[in-house]
Amino acid sequence: MSQSDIKRLSLILLFMPFALWILLLIVLPHIGMGVLALREKVAPRVYEFGFGNFIEFLQEPIYWNTLLRTGSMSLLVTALALLAGFPIAYYIAKVAGWRTRGALFLLCLVPLWVSDLIRAFGWILLLRETGVVSSMLQTIGLLNAPVELLYNDVTVVIGLVYTVILFMIVPLVSTLDGMDDAMIEAGYNLGGNGWTVLRRIIIPYAMPGIVSGCIIVFMLTAGSYLTPILLGGKNSSWFTETIYEQFITRYNWESGAAFGFLLLAFTSFVVWLGLKLSRQTLAGTIARS
Amino acid sequence: MPSRKLTAALMAATILTGATAAQAETLRLLTWGSYAPEEVVKLFEEKYPDIDVEVTFSNNEEMIAKLRATGGAGYDLAQPSHDRIYAAQLEYNIYKPMDLSKIDTSVMQPKLLDGVKANTTIDGAVYSVPHQWGTSGLMADKTKAPDVKGWGDLCDPKYAGKTSMRLKRTILLGTAFAMGEDPFAAYADLDKYQAILDKVVDKLIACKDNIKTYWKGGDDLSALMLSGEVIASETWDSTAYRLYNQNPNIVFVPPETGALAWIDTFTLPRKGKADEAAYKWINFVLQPEIVKLMSASTGSAAAVKGSKELLPDDKKAAFAAAFSDEDIANLQFFANIPPGVEDMEGKALEKIKAATGG
Amino acid sequence: MNASHDYDLECTGVSKNFGRLRAVDEVSFKIPSGSFFSILGPSGCGKTTLMRMIAGFEDPTAGDVKIKGTSVLNTPPNKRNVKMVFQHLALFPMMNVYENIAYGLRCNGAGKAEIEQKVKRVLERIALPDVGEREIHQLSGGQKQRIAIARCMVLDPDVLLLDEPLGALDLKLREAMKIELKLLQHQFNTTFVYITHDQSEALVMSDNVAVMNHGKFEQIGSPQQLYHNPASAFVAGFVGDANRWKGRVLEAAGGGIRVETAAGLGLVGTAGSGQSPQTGDTVEVFVRPEFIRTGKGGAAPAANHNHLEGVVDSLLFNGANSRVLVRTGSGELIEADVTLTGGADDVQPGETVILTWSPDQALCFAARADR
Repeated sequence: MSQSDIKRLSLILLFMPFALWILLLIVLPHIGMGVLALREKVAPRVYEFGFGNFIEFLQEPIYWNTLLRTGSMSLLVTALALLAGFPIAYYIAKVAGWRTRGALFLLCLVPLWVSDLIRAFGWILLLRETGVVSSMLQTIGLLNAPVELLYNDVTVVIGLVYTVILFMIVPLVSTLDGMDDAMIEAGYNLGGNGWTVLRRIIIPYAMPGIVSGCIIVFMLTAGSYLTPILLGGKNSSWFTETIYEQFITRYNWESGAAFGFLLLAFTSFVVWLGLKLSRQTLAGTIARS
Repeated sequence: MPSRKLTAALMAATILTGATAAQAETLRLLTWGSYAPEEVVKLFEEKYPDIDVEVTFSNNEEMIAKLRATGGAGYDLAQPSHDRIYAAQLEYNIYKPMDLSKIDTSVMQPKLLDGVKANTTIDGAVYSVPHQWGTSGLMADKTKAPDVKGWGDLCDPKYAGKTSMRLKRTILLGTAFAMGEDPFAAYADLDKYQAILDKVVDKLIACKDNIKTYWKGGDDLSALMLSGEVIASETWDSTAYRLYNQNPNIVFVPPETGALAWIDTFTLPRKGKADEAAYKWINFVLQPEIVKLMSASTGSAAAVKGSKELLPDDKKAAFAAAFSDEDIANLQFFANIPPGVEDMEGKALEKIKAATGG
Repeated sequence: MNASHDYDLECTGVSKNFGRLRAVDEVSFKIPSGSFFSILGPSGCGKTTLMRMIAGFEDPTAGDVKIKGTSVLNTPPNKRNVKMVFQHLALFPMMNVYENIAYGLRCNGAGKAEIEQKVKRVLERIALPDVGEREIHQLSGGQKQRIAIARCMVLDPDVLLLDEPLGALDLKLREAMKIELKLLQHQFNTTFVYITHDQSEALVMSDNVAVMNHGKFEQIGSPQQLYHNPASAFVAGFVGDANRWKGRVLEAAGGGIRVETAAGLGLVGTAGSGQSPQTGDTVEVFVRPEFIRTGKGGAAPAANHNHLEGVVDSLLFNGANSRVLVRTGSGELIEADVTLTGGADDVQPGETVILTWSPDQALCFAARADR
């Protein structure tokens, strides 16, 4: 075996796990889902090829309302995560000393050490009518009757922001970290006030991080299941729940698969739109961080 | 070529593992959370040392989804409810008929056995036998909601913001009964059933304001009841019995139209590989001393004769507090779900969930 | 009051402490309008801190900073008419050249037409009229430099601070930019304050240079003054090259001082400015290589000149700046300028040569005990 053969073989072997992973765990299941989505159930054990599952989605306002609701709430969560995450990321990257940085990062990481489920139960314990917050507010006399803070959209949004904010902070810290402090000082030196420096220098510079954080957070939020289900009230439906219901409760794998593709298409569209509006590219944001 | 050597090694490894697996038989059980208590599994393995028991916990919907994904392979014995056999078999062909001669059916309560047989006979073959049974009904804190008697009382403005239900088919059926309809009879005529469902949907949407939240599992329901945030709710009887032990004011209330009864069955997946072991397990857990252990774990009664006596003492008291003989006579057994009904009910539930208050 | 307007920048007793470390220690100076002023010092001497205090990024612990006669201590950095060219320039990579220059004007609330006109004019003045639409990464190192200056100059600052802006450039470009900076300063006629650790940058460009060490100014003066009349041993050693010996004063009479180095070399020198060494004192003697004549014997040296015999150890050929290293009998190495023409007269390694220099060119400073 010649040297170049060995090189080629080792390259193939190195590449193999990745190729297998892509093929077996991403490509094949999606093809399977695609085939499933294009099958219409006519009678028991009888299926026909067609777009009936997608047409059904369009004809049923409940479904697309749920999808739009999921989308708009995910956007809200993304915006709030950005608003809350940016100052934290800025503090970590630019203000905090080396030692505090590690500690702060760790603090942001801590919630990820417990599962989604436990975190959601944590919020439930805090926010329920007989929960910690409500009773505390009563003890200090701010309230004279228990208040229900759970089971509404605000709680869902708070819970989601809490869950995803780390994924906003990490790319922001890494882009802000790369920013020369002199850039900010130059911004002031040339006559800019705090607001101008933020708007014209820091934010444009951090844009790749902002966009990649937003993409990750939006995708995670739109695809989340446990938090909206457990914290949501009687009116808060989430599209992933609809997909789950189709698959599991209604045995309707065909429309479940179609809905899965619709969610993928919808979130991809929103991300594409966001990239267009912010004049960023996927390669310049996600791939970079 | 090193790759050929690797293949050979892998094949050898596969054969070896295959060989060891063949020596001791494995019984792969697909069942409910509390239906295979460790103690029972241990006793079974002591009696049949050559059988290993592997347990996967699940629920009706997931059991069917799992078996559907593999065409009935991967498990040797499943325990779906009696109303989840017929349509699933017709549609997905995931079960295989049972050989009743291998089961000691004489210990079973004839009423339950016949009911399950009637529900799960396709082309003359019987697919299931009963194991545990229980009911869905109401639960109320006697001191705060003494007047809860029927499904409709959950929507009583008296209890506004203090009631709960699970947004699943049970509450659709219960509400239909409360409105004087017989949904099970309407299964034969799906148009009629749709008309009933539409009425139920309107009623439950109007009721939405009265509900604090829809509970999702036994744990959050328990927390809601014990904290007093909810004083009346739809419930499984076993959950109510458990709460009765912690707070005797919380009792199971069979609705006046009859509690909805389910029977969890033994059913063989179509590609199960250890039928003999499965039959051994079925006969084993139907023995009185095992039934006692099992009921202590599940909180429900087994489908064997005299099972009420085999309930643990605390459950016995809760059961007695809940059911009179009349109530038992009044039970409504879940009827077979014909194909298509899941879709209709699913849509109805989606409509209720999506509606913004009453 | 009136007189102070002649100075664009004036610092009095400026100090800065970082914890227990005193980075800048009671620095006072005045810079006349329109001059090129350099602050020269080794890294860590406090020059950057001083500049940051002038720009407003640090507050002085004590002292006052005046611009055009007005104290700016309570003026935030964005309100001071002092602009700064940063070490790595800090051009904004997400804006093109035009936007970089227009940024400051926008911050000042200038109108669109005014901005356009001013940017155009400043680009012409730095001889880059057509680069407005270019992105920063498309510019060469020298162009970036000029844009960074233009970005400040378009705002018409009272003082322009430059923080070692040539440090990142390669040698050739650095040489060219030195001249260009000087020309730009003339052209804009603005006060430039230039920070550097490179003495040649400071000497070439500046009207006046301050040599800074350990937070203090050692000397302020024109490049010639610093070079020829250093005020301290540090300045003598830091500005320009010098042979340096440590020795003991054998005799101090009038201007002439006889010194013997530790290795036993006898020298005659002159007291440095403000110095009056006494017999027995330890001093440092500095002699610049260009004042040492290398001869192969022959012509007799002037009567009072130092003259030493030694063996050429090696030649350091560098065209007009060629030098020779000579090892003396007492074993010390002396660096001296030579003219190497390539002819047969050139000194060769191993040859015996005679080094001579005037006592006036051997400056003696009291050696500091602590260093």
